[in-house]
Amino acid sequence: MIHFVLLLSRQGKVRLTKWYSPYSQKERTKVIHELSGLILARAPKLCNFVEWRGYKVVYRRYASLYFCMCIDADDNELEILEIIHHFVEILDRYFGSVCELDLIFNFHKAYYVLDEILIAGELQESSKKTVARLITAQLVETALMFNL
Amino acid sequence: MNPFSSGTRLRDMIKAIRACKTAAEERAVVRKECAAIRSSISENDQDYSHRNIAKLMFIHMLGYPTHFGQMECLKLIASAGFPEKRIGYLGLMLLLDERQEVLMLVTNSLKQDLGHTNQYIVGLALCALGNICSAEMARDLAPEVERLLLTRDPNIKKKAALCSIRIIRKVPDLAENFSSPATSLLKEKHHGVLIAGVQLCTDLCKVSEDASNHLRKNCTEGLVRILKDICNSPYAPEYDIAGITDPFLHIRVLRLLRMLGHGDADTSEYINDILAQVASKTESNKNAGNAILYECVETIMGIEATSGLRVLAINILGRFLSNRDNNIRYVALNMLMKAISVDSQAVQRHRTTILECVKDSDASIRKRALELVFLLVNDTNAKPLTKELIDYLEVSDQDFKGDLTSKICSIIEKFSQEKKWYIDQMVKVLSLAGNYVKDNVWHALIVAISNAPDLQGYSVRSLYKAFQLSSEQVSLVQVTIWCIGEYGEMLVNNVGVLQVEEPMTVTESDAVDVLESCLTHHSTDITTQSMCLIALLKLSSRFPPSSGRVKEIITTHIGSVVLELQQRAIEFNSIIQRHQNIKSSLVERMPVLDESTFISKRAGSSQANISTEKSNQQLPSGASLKLSNGVAKPAASPLVDLLDLSLDDTPVPTSTSNDFLHDLLDVGLTNSSSSGVASASGTDILMDLLSIGTPVQSNTTPENGSSIKAKPNTATVQVVDLLDGLASNGSHPGAQSPVHPSITAYQSSTLKITFSFTKQPDKPQVTQIHATFMNLSSEAYTDFIFQAAVPKFIQLHLDPANSNHLPASGNGRITQTFTITNTQHGQKPLAMRIRIAYKVSNQERLEQGQINNFPPGL
Repeated sequence: MIHFVLLLSRQGKVRLTKWYSPYSQKERTKVIHELSGLILARAPKLCNFVEWRGYKVVYRRYASLYFCMCIDADDNELEILEIIHHFVEILDRYFGSVCELDLIFNFHKAYYVLDEILIAGELQESSKKTVARLITAQLVETALMFNL
Repeated sequence: MNPFSSGTRLRDMIKAIRACKTAAEERAVVRKECAAIRSSISENDQDYSHRNIAKLMFIHMLGYPTHFGQMECLKLIASAGFPEKRIGYLGLMLLLDERQEVLMLVTNSLKQDLGHTNQYIVGLALCALGNICSAEMARDLAPEVERLLLTRDPNIKKKAALCSIRIIRKVPDLAENFSSPATSLLKEKHHGVLIAGVQLCTDLCKVSEDASNHLRKNCTEGLVRILKDICNSPYAPEYDIAGITDPFLHIRVLRLLRMLGHGDADTSEYINDILAQVASKTESNKNAGNAILYECVETIMGIEATSGLRVLAINILGRFLSNRDNNIRYVALNMLMKAISVDSQAVQRHRTTILECVKDSDASIRKRALELVFLLVNDTNAKPLTKELIDYLEVSDQDFKGDLTSKICSIIEKFSQEKKWYIDQMVKVLSLAGNYVKDNVWHALIVAISNAPDLQGYSVRSLYKAFQLSSEQVSLVQVTIWCIGEYGEMLVNNVGVLQVEEPMTVTESDAVDVLESCLTHHSTDITTQSMCLIALLKLSSRFPPSSGRVKEIITTHIGSVVLELQQRAIEFNSIIQRHQNIKSSLVERMPVLDESTFISKRAGSSQANISTEKSNQQLPSGASLKLSNGVAKPAASPLVDLLDLSLDDTPVPTSTSNDFLHDLLDVGLTNSSSSGVASASGTDILMDLLSIGTPVQSNTTPENGSSIKAKPNTATVQVVDLLDGLASNGSHPGAQSPVHPSITAYQSSTLKITFSFTKQPDKPQVTQIHATFMNLSSEAYTDFIFQAAVPKFIQLHLDPANSNHLPASGNGRITQTFTITNTQHGQKPLAMRIRIAYKVSNQERLEQGQINNFPPGL
C-alpha cells in the first residue's frame, strides 16, 4: 500500500501531503525533513527509487515539483511510477496545463483530485475520463450551493 | 475593523505569506491569521467557516500547529450543505490522524452521511472513513459499508470496496463478512470497481486463510478471463496507457493470481498459459509494459511454475539487466535476489552483467548489485570475483568503500582454500582500504599468519613491500609492525623464500626504519605507536647490532605525555639497559595462536583481541605472573589464551628471574599493608603490582617490576627503586650529613623506636625521618603497622616499611621513612602522636605514644 504522498518543491517546501498510515504531527515533520534531504540531493540520472527506513520511496520530478510516494518493500515500484504519472495527467487535464502556482493557490482542489484517485493507499480509478467526470460533477454541486 | 479579519480571502492570505522574505515575517503573518481564525471560530461565525478551514489547512502544510481547528472541522461535517461537508472532511483528513480521540466524535456524522441520499456525500464519507478510520470506528461502521458494497452505483461501489480494505486491515476479524461481497465484485465490468474489487480480494487473502481458499475455488477462472480480455482487447481509449489497456488492472490481477497460486499446484497449472501469454505479448519499451512484465515475473517466481515458464522469467530479467534505464536495472537486481533461491544456475549466467552493475554510478544500484554478487559467490567463482571486486575497490567512492570492504573480507574468509591466496588478498585489501577494515578482520589475518610457519617469511616480506607503497592505511601498518616485530629475522635473512617471489634484500636498519617512520607519522594513533614500541623491543633482541639504535628510538618516548607510551618506553628501556640476560627469552617468538579457539571466541564475545597487543584489559590479579612464553608450540597443544592469562605450563626460562619476581611480590605484599595515615603513592605502585591495574602488555613480565618506575613525576614521593635496592629501603639518597641528632622517639618494654633526621639545605621546612623499630621482647612480632598523627600545620608523608615482621630480641629491625613538612617552620616545633599495632602469637597488641622530644629547628 501507499503510506503517504508528498509533493515537494525544489526548495523543499511542501505543496501537498496525504497520509494513509498513522503519523503524528511531530513524526510528519520529521519524515518530511528526512525525505527532503534524501530526495532533493539526488542527481538527475539516478533511478527513481530510494530505500528509506525499510520502505521504498518512489519519486519523480515534474518541472519544479517532486512527487513522492512511500510504499512497502514488496510493492511494484514501476506501477507506482505509473500511478504518479496518472495523477499528474489528471491534474493537468483539470487545471489545464498545470503549474506549481496552480497547486499552491488551489491546493484544496488538488486534494479533491487525489481523493478520487487513491483511497486507503490503493488505486481507485484507472480511467482519467471517469475521474474528470466525477470532479466536475462535484464542482457543479458545490457551485450550486456556495460562492467561494 | 481588523484588516486581517476573516474577511481575507484564501488567495490573499496565500499571497501575503508567499511575499514574506524571512521566516520571522512569515511567522508574524501566520500568527495574525491564526488569531483571526480563532476569534472567528469562537464567535461561531458561519459564513467564513469554510474559508477558515481552508486557511488552516494551508497553514498546517507550512508546518504550524493547528489543533484549534479540529472542532471546527467536526462542525462543518455536521452541517447540511455539500461544500461545507466537503471541506470539513478534507480538513479532518489533513489535520487529524487516527490516533486522536477527537476522531471518535465524527462517527455519528459519518453514519448519517453513509446513509445519505446524495451519492457524492456518501462518497465523501466513504473516502474519509477509508483514509483515517481507527479500529473502533471501523467496527462501528462496517455494516454500513457492507451494505454499500451492494449498491448499483459504481462510484459508491469502488469507494466502498477500498474502504472495506481499510476496515479489514484494522479489524481482521471482520474479514468473513466481506468475503462474498468481494467475490461478486469480480463479476463487474466497470474497471474502477474491478480494480478495487481485486485489491479487496488480495487483502482478504493476506488476512484470512478461509477467504483465500474460497477465492481460489470460485474466482480463479473469472480472474483469468478478465486478464485474457484486457490482454487481447483492442484499443480502448479510456483506459489506454502507452498502447496497453489498463496496465493497472493487469498488475492487480497478476498479483491476486500470485497469492492464489502460491503453494497450490492446481491453480498454478491453470494459470500457466495466461502467464506465458502476458509475458511474451507485452511490449517492454515503455514503463507501463515493464511494470506488467515485472509483476508477471514476480508471479512466476511466486507460484509452482513449470521450468519453461521460469526460464522465460529469468530471460526477461536478463533483458532488464541490460536495459539502459536505471529503474529497470534496479528492479531486475531486486528480482534476481529472489530468483537465486529458485534457480541459481540461471542467475550465475548473468554474473558479468551484475558485476558491471556493482560499478554503476547510481548508489541504489551499486548496493543491490553488491548484495547480489555476495549471494552468487561459490567455491568455483570466488577467486575471479574477488579479483574483480578488489580491482573495483581501488576506484570506488568513499561512502561505498566501507560496504565493499566488509563484503570482500567476508568472501575472502569464507572461500579461501589456501593460506597463501588468503594472505595475498588480505594484503591487497589492506593496502587499498585498510582504514575501512574492521579490527577483527586483521586480527584474523594475524592468527592465520602465525599458524602458517612456512608462509611467515613470505607474509612479512609482502607486508613490507605493501607498506612501502601505502603507509597511510592504518590496519596495514599495524599488521606490518606486528609481523616485522615477530618475524624480523625472516625478513632480513630471506627465510622461506617462495618461488614466486622476487629477490629482495632488506637490511636490519631498513626494518628499524620502517618502525621509526611509523612512530613519527602515526603520532596521533596510540595503538600504532604502542605496537611499534614493542616491535622495536623484539627487534633489539633479534637484531643485536641494531640494539643501540633501537634503544635511542625508545628513549625518545620516555617523556611522552601519553601514559601508555611513556610506560612502555621506560620499561623497555630498562629491559634493554639492565636485563640483557632475560631479554631474549622475553621476546621469543609468540606461541601459535589457536585458530579454532580464536574463531569461537570471536563468535562468542566481542572483545576477543587475542592476537593483538593493544588490548587494555585488566589482568586478573591472581594470575599476575605473566611469564614469558617459550618457543612456538605445535598447534595441537593447549595454547595460551592471552585473555584468560592462565599460567602457562612451560617452566620459567630462568630460575633467577623467578626468585627475583617472587621477592618482588613479597615485598609488595608487605609494603602495601603498612600504609600510614597519609600513604605515599609509592604504595599505589606496589598495589598495582598485585592487581596489575596499569595496562601493562602481554609477554614481558619484569615490566611489572619496572612499573614502579613509571610515575616519576610525583615530587613528594621518594620513588622506591625496588629492583636496584631491594632491601635498602632505608638508604638515604645522596650524602647528606645528619644535621640533627637522632632521638629515641618511643620506648616501652616491648618496643623501641629510633628516629634519625635528614634535611636538605634548600628546603628548611622539609625533614626526612628514618625510623627504626626494634623488638625488645622475646617473641617475634608480625603484621607490624606503624601509624602517626601530626598537628594541622605539619604535613606527613609515610613511605612503606621494608617489612612487617619484627624478629625477637632485637635480632632484626624494621625501617621506615617518612617526610615531614613543617609549614610553620621556625615558629612551632614538631610534635607527633604514634600508634603501633602488631600481633604476638596471634594476639593483637596496640601501643600508643606521643613524641615531644624532636630536636629544635625542624
